[in-house]
Parts: sequence; structure tokens; C-alpha cells
Amino acid sequence: MAGMHFAQWGNDLYTGRRSYPIVQRRRRWFTVVGILAIASIAVILIKGLTLGIDFRGGTEFTVNNVTSTEQQVAIDVVHEVLPDEEPRVAIVGGSSVRVQTEEVSEAQEAEIVTGLAGAYDVDESAVTTSFVGPTWGAGVSMRALWGTVVFIVAAALFMAVYFRAWRMSVAAIVAMLADLLISAGVYAAIGWEVTPSTIIGFLTILGFSLYDKMVVFDKVRENTADVLTQTRSTYAERANLAVNQTLVRSINTSVVALLPVASILFVGAFLLGAGTLRDLSLSLFVGIAVGAASSLFLATPLDVSLREREPRIGAHTKAVLEERAGLVAEGGHEAEVAAYTTGSAQLIPGQHQGNRAQPRRKRG
Amino acid sequence: MVFTILTIVLPFLALGIGVFTDAKSETNPDGASWAPGLALDLQGGTQLILKADTTDGSQVTSETIDESINVIRQRIDSSGVSEAEITAQGSQNIVVGIPGEVSQETIDLISQPAQMRFRPVLTYAAGTPTPEPSASPSTDAGDAADDAPADDAAGDGEKADEADTSPSGKSAGAPLSVDTDTDPSATPTATATSGDGAAPSPSATPEDDAAAASDPSDLAQITPEIQQQFEQLDCTDPANLKGGGGDDPDKPLVTCGEGDGMKYILGPMEVDGVHISSASSGLVPGANGTTTNDWGVFLNFDAVGTKEFRETTTRLQGLEPPRNQFAIVLDGLVVSAPSLDPGVIISNGQATISGSFTRDTAATLANQLSFGALPVQYTVESQEVISATLGSEQLRNGMIAGLIGLALVVVYSLMQYRTLGLLTVASLVVAGVITYVSIALLSWGMGYRLSLAGVAGLIVAIGFTADSFIVYFERIRDELRDGRTLAYAVERGWARARRTVLAAKAVNLISAVILYFLAVGGVQGFAFTLGLTTIIDVAVVFWFTHPMMEVITKIPFFRDGHLWSGLSPERLRAGSGPRYVGAGRVRTPEPALAGSASGGGVAEQAPAPVEADAPSGREAAEPVHSGARSAPAAPVTDASGRRLTIAERRAAERRAAATEQPDTGPDVGPDDGTSPSATGENEESR
Repeated sequence: MAGMHFAQWGNDLYTGRRSYPIVQRRRRWFTVVGILAIASIAVILIKGLTLGIDFRGGTEFTVNNVTSTEQQVAIDVVHEVLPDEEPRVAIVGGSSVRVQTEEVSEAQEAEIVTGLAGAYDVDESAVTTSFVGPTWGAGVSMRALWGTVVFIVAAALFMAVYFRAWRMSVAAIVAMLADLLISAGVYAAIGWEVTPSTIIGFLTILGFSLYDKMVVFDKVRENTADVLTQTRSTYAERANLAVNQTLVRSINTSVVALLPVASILFVGAFLLGAGTLRDLSLSLFVGIAVGAASSLFLATPLDVSLREREPRIGAHTKAVLEERAGLVAEGGHEAEVAAYTTGSAQLIPGQHQGNRAQPRRKRG
Repeated sequence: MVFTILTIVLPFLALGIGVFTDAKSETNPDGASWAPGLALDLQGGTQLILKADTTDGSQVTSETIDESINVIRQRIDSSGVSEAEITAQGSQNIVVGIPGEVSQETIDLISQPAQMRFRPVLTYAAGTPTPEPSASPSTDAGDAADDAPADDAAGDGEKADEADTSPSGKSAGAPLSVDTDTDPSATPTATATSGDGAAPSPSATPEDDAAAASDPSDLAQITPEIQQQFEQLDCTDPANLKGGGGDDPDKPLVTCGEGDGMKYILGPMEVDGVHISSASSGLVPGANGTTTNDWGVFLNFDAVGTKEFRETTTRLQGLEPPRNQFAIVLDGLVVSAPSLDPGVIISNGQATISGSFTRDTAATLANQLSFGALPVQYTVESQEVISATLGSEQLRNGMIAGLIGLALVVVYSLMQYRTLGLLTVASLVVAGVITYVSIALLSWGMGYRLSLAGVAGLIVAIGFTADSFIVYFERIRDELRDGRTLAYAVERGWARARRTVLAAKAVNLISAVILYFLAVGGVQGFAFTLGLTTIIDVAVVFWFTHPMMEVITKIPFFRDGHLWSGLSPERLRAGSGPRYVGAGRVRTPEPALAGSASGGGVAEQAPAPVEADAPSGREAAEPVHSGARSAPAAPVTDASGRRLTIAERRAAERRAAATEQPDTGPDVGPDDGTSPSATGENEESR
């Protein structure tokens, strides 16, 4: 009964009985993200992103007066000449086949023309070629980029106002950019063509990543709302409790979001081996996974690092730690200290505080 | 609940009415249908090949083609989100792919050249419909009250109004000036032609046609029909601001200003925009060769344009306002309507439009003028049906993959949330149905087309939507873990989840709205899908999931926290350590005894006196931990039922700790197989 154990695990995380020191080990996560980011930049710089026909234009072959309008035939012909190419094949007007590929050399062009003529059983003169321009020109890209920049700024402002802490907004945006960079790096490493679908996929990632950070940060906000009015645990410990408490939700959400995308990816990549679906689902799969993980392992630790520089929170953290050192020195109950550090809000029953609950007597 | 039902039923009704009154058919490709319209990649459509030809015999350059593509994209986008594909082919062809069947009007709209025309202004007014004079103050209280101020403004306020909106009002000096100083070579020609050309006298009409309306500025052209059309024109309605051209150059035109909120009656065309040889923007040179801080647009006409424009300015400059203005009309909309000061005759074909420009507006106007100057005509070379670029097999396999994914989501949420998972599934189904109907409605109403990218967006939306439920359920569980009853846990959990859901969805909505308005083409379609699903998601959570959850709290199966309800307190609290339950008592659910304690989750909420008077077997079975960590259990009472002292309990614990492995903590203890039956018995016994 895995479900039962998962639920219990969730309970333990909620109460702080079980706690993963995610915020405390933030240096480790920062290093990991740093390495991944540098690797992504390196991959993008070295391998580069291959822009597809929609961005660069390409060659268009038109086979006229065909008797069969099978699309697969044309795809097979192109694959013989260009194994990695995903041609776009359409039937025009019922009797001609339009095949669009990336820009090809003259030799390849001649080869494809011969191949198409043979495959469709028509004369070579019935196959015409021409250059097609990009459907996604520089103008479209600029408008998309401009829209994205404005949206990120607007989202950052919204978060800063909602959380009443600009540092939280900065942490979310930085983490989101890291997600985007790593997703782009993975995409470049696999080396598939960038198509308009890929761009749409990346925009979706951007949206999902910010959304997820918003949900996790709202839990952090809930847990740390009154952190300054108590002296049991620090901001970092409360934030860590929030991350632990939201772990179950994050896992559930990412599994639910990833299942459909994953099934499309596997069907698309391994059974169909084809265009739009594959590009889109890969960028989405990587992006959603990275986005959900970074909300926990990057965004929140980053937020803690930034906010501990806030004077009030810094002073509070110091005061709490000093008091705890005093408690340990006085021989406080081990479990009590442990509960404090997990940020657990619950008192420990069966553990009477005795005269420690009383006001301190002045000792000389 | 009524609201919920209305929300779900209304779109169906709307679509149903649409299907019956405006059904989609061969002759009516834009009609309503139960199936949403699909985009080019999924459904195929119509491919138009437009051949660009210059009207002046010059070479078609790639810049011309690029600009033409921009103009065509603007025209197509003005008719809705249609996911059209526009690309250059070869050196002078433009291929336009439009999903579905295309009506002749659409083809005309796309293939006509960008029409830039200069027309004289006959009259203009604020861009709202003018109410009937008789109806204004007394009879029509509702509407007239709104319109009355505007009506009054026509008297004296209108002048101030004009001053703000029309470029002519703001220009302090001459809005339109002859550039004789800067271009001496042009001066002689200008002088010469004006010498033997028409007399510059204001009253003189150069043409001596007999007809009354021979002069394009003649007010006699305003027939009662045109006057009525003018009065009814509402320039605040976006439908009237789309432009699209198609105006007859020889007839008067009633139209709106693009962006200035005014409406105009214009005379017949005076100068065709193709006679503009160039247009640029820049800072207007001042008197002594200095540069002023005013932005302006500089126009140069070719030989024909120079002659025609000279004739126009000659006649217009002497007329009274507003007839001394000429309107620059692009695709049927007035982009600018500068006025001429008396005595200004532009004879050298070089005009400067200055006035209330900023750097950006000047650049925009210069661009628009350049568009009009594009000496390009498009002829439709071919119009053919084109199949989907993605094979039908692809789409089918993609759909199957999506369905498998959905099935997995259902299995997972049932595993995670047990019976409560059914609520997730039901909510997803409701959201899916509403989304489907909305898309069908929108593809009827505004030509929305679903592309494969759009389908993928919808599949990702499953994740976003399900997350709202997951956040909500987890918050409820958190409250249950804190020991609240289900009803109270739902209430508090909802308050917390609502805030999180709204804040997170707000970010999504911000991104959707901004991308929709700033981006073009596919990104716009994506933004639309995202915005739509976000709104539907919030609606479903508020009007379906939450009300259902409240109903569920009243069903005994869930209320009493049956083990399979997904809300069972034992499942949620097992091993969570001791809790203070009030009245000086502490409750520690012991996993090893989970079976017998199943009913205890409810009993615990029972009034305290019962337990205090007669500690039941259940109560006795509840152990107490001394620490939060996995200390082994020790009984609270001894064999006789007497409560142990703290010291006795500690001793018992130490004994137990010595005998038990520390690792066999509460997690591994329970044998859940026994629980359901035990629970059942307990529930029966109560």
C-alpha cells in the first residue's frame, strides 16, 4: 500500500517530524544549478540551436498531377536524402503534393526531385522547386520577445506587490530564467530543430514555472507571516518547513502535469518520430520537470538567502539562534531543539516545560 | 449552485442556438458548429498564391515583399485569431494559407493593394452616434443623458475637443508648409506651374464641369443618406475601426479616424497614395535652418502626385475650416487630417506634416504613408484546397497519446486521493467540457482556430487545472492533520487555497493578456488558449469543485473519514506524533493500533465528558509519546485502567526502547489490511 505510506510521509513532512534540509543545504543546490546553467550556455554556444524552416525559409518541391496522394511516400523520399529532416507535406488542390524542407544544396535538390518523381510515378518536369520564405519572420520574433519581456516585468511587479517583498519576486524571476536556460540547454543538446511549436513550448514553460513558484511562495508566505513575532524558529527554518509541507503537492502536481505530456512525448518520439508533437512535448516535459524542481530547490533557498539580508529578518535570525544556543547550553530537551529547527509549529506533548515556562529568575 | 448550473449550461445554450440559427455549411463556412474549427496544420484549408506586381514597372524587391507580408498579416489578424500562415515564395509570390474554407470577401480583403488616398474633408464630428435632435433632452432619458454632453459640446465645447484630437488644432503655426527654402531647385518649377496653372484664388474652382458636385470639396455631395450614415456611425465600436479598404475613390466616404476618435465625411479622392515617392519622419527644421523640437512627417510626391497635390492645395487653402483639411486615408480609415493655412499652396510636391506628433507617431504615419506608396498590386495566381500538413495519422496518434495520459492522470489521482480523486476527475471533465464548448463558440464568433500547438496547450492546461484541486485538497488535509473536523477543515482550507489559487492564476492571466496584445500569429493563439483555460479553471474551482466539496462534507462516508474517502483522519494523522486535544489530554494515534483507532478519529471529536467519565477501550489503547521522534510506544494506563504517572510512563518507555529496534518506527507498523473491517464495525456500533 504505497498510497498509505505516501500519505504518512506527507503527514510527517507536514508536522515536521520528517524534514529534509532543503533550505539549509542551499549551497549545494546553487552549485548544481550553476553547473547546469554553465553547461547549458556552453551547449547552446557550441552546438547552437538549429532554427527550422519557419525561421529561415527553405526549399519547396511541388509534384504536379500525381495519382496517389500518400503523404508518407514523400516523407520517405526526403528521409533517404536528408535523414534528420522532418519535411512538411501537404496535398494541394487534390492532384499535387507540396513538400517543404530546409534549404538544400543543388545536388540534394536534384536528388530529391528525382526521388519524388520516381516515387509518385511522374515525369521529372512535373516536379517544380522554389524557395519559400520564413513564416515566422524577424518581425514576429521581435513582437513575441517584446511581449515576453513586458510580461516578465509585469509578473515581477505583481509578485513584489502581492508578497510585499521585492526579494521574493527577484528570487522567482531568477529561478524562472534558470529553468528556461536549462530547458533550452537540454533542447540544444538533443539537437532537434527549433520550430514555432518549440517557442510556444518555452512560453508555456515560462508560464508554468512562474505559476509553480507562485504556489510554493504562497506557502512560504503563509508559514513566515508571523515569523518575527516568535523566537522559536528562524525565517530559513520556517521556509524549509514550507518547502517540506508543499513537497507532496509539488510531486502530485508535476506528476499530473507530466503524465499527459510524457505519453505524448513517448508516442511522438518513439512511435511517430515526427515534428510538432515531439518538439512541443520535449520542451514541455523538460520545462515542467525543471520548473517544479526549481521552485523547491532553487527559488525558495534563493529567497531565503536574499531575505536574510533584510535587516529585520537578519536580526531576528541572529536572536533566535542565540537563544537556542542558550537553550542547548542550559541542557534543553533534545527533542525540543530538534522540533525548533524543523520549524515545526507543534509543541511537544508529554514534555512539560516545568519551571522553564515561568519567567526567568534573575541570577546574580 | 444555481450559478454553477447556469455557468455550465449557458455556453451550451448559446452554441445550440448558434447551430440552429447560423449553422455551418458549404455556403456559410463561418457558421456555428458543435465541432471547433481547426487550424491549417490539422484541418488543411485554402492556399492562395498572390503574385506581387509593381504598378510603375519597377522591380519587386524583397523589402517590398516583406512590407506586403506585414500589411497582409495585419489585414488577416483584423478579422480574428485565425492562425493564418503567410510566407514569401520565390522572388515575387506571397503564399497565404488560411484554415478552412475562405469566402470571396476574405480573398478580396487580402489581395487588394494597400489603398492610400488623399481626400478633402467635408465635415467631421466626435466619433459617437449623433442622437436625433428631437430625441435629445426630453424623451430618451437613458440614452440621451449620456449623449447630451457630447451634443452640447458640438456648440462650443467641440472646438476645444477638436483642438485636442485633430493634428490641425495643435499645430500652432503652419501645419503644412512648402519646403521651398530647403530645396531651391524645386522652386522654379513650382512657380512656373502655379503661374500657368489654376488661379490661387479661394473661390475659383479649377474644373469647369457643369455638375453641381464637380468640386470634390462641394458640400452638395452630402446627401441626406450620407448625412444619416454619418450620424449613425459609431467610431467607438472596434468593428468600425478595422478598415479594410474597398472604398470607391470617386464617391464621398464616411469613415472613422484611426485612433483620434473622430468621424469624417470625405470628398472623392484627390491624390492616389501610389504617387507618394517617399515618406520619412524627423525633426522639423525651424526658420533660420535651426532644428526645432517638433516631430514631423516629410512627404515627396512623384510628378503626377505633385501636380494633383498642387491642385488640391490650391483649392483647399482658401476654404473655411474644416474644408481646408485633407484626409490621408489608408485602407478606408483616416490616419491623419492636416489642415492648410490660407495662402499655402504646395506646388513642388514636398510637404511637411507637423503638429502634435511624438517621435513614435511621426514614424508610424511615415510608415503608413510608405505602405500606401508601395506600388504593388496583388493578383491571385491560384486558389487551391490544401490538406493538413500533419498527417491525419499523426493527429490520431497524438490524440490517443493524450487520452492515455489522461487515463494515467485519473489513475494517479484515485491512488493519491482515493474516492476524493473522483471529484478531481469530475472537475476536470467539467472544465474540459466547458473549454470545448467555449472553443466551439469562439471559433464561430471570432474565427478562432485550434492548431496542434493549441491542442498541446490544452493538454498542459490539465496540469494547471488539476493543480488548483491538488492545492485545495492538500490544504484541507493540512487542516485535518491539525485535528479539525472535515466541515471546518474544508472551510479553512478553502480560504487558504482560494488565495493561493487566485494569486497563481493571476500570474497566468497577466501573461496571457500581455502576450495576446503584444504578439502576433501563433504566440497570440497560444496566449488566447492560456487565458481561456485559466479563466475556465478558476470558474470551475469556484463554482463546481468547492460547492461539491461542501456537499461532500455532509455525506457520512467522507464526513466520518472512511479509510477510502481520501480524507480519513487516521491516514492523515497516522504517525504524525502526539497532539494536544484539549482538556489536559494528549492524543497519540498508534499505528499498530490503527485498526481499532479508526473510529476514534470521530470519537475524539465527541464531547469530552463521555471520555472523562468512562475511559473506553479505545481511549485506553491510545498511547502517549514523550517526544516527537520515533520513541516506542508506552501505555497510558496500567492493566487496571489507572492512569500512570509521568515517571511510570517514562520508565515504561525506557523499557520498551531497550527491547524494540529503533528503526521499527510508526511508519512500518500498521497492517492496513485489517483496518476497513474494524472501521466498519465501529461505525455500526455507534
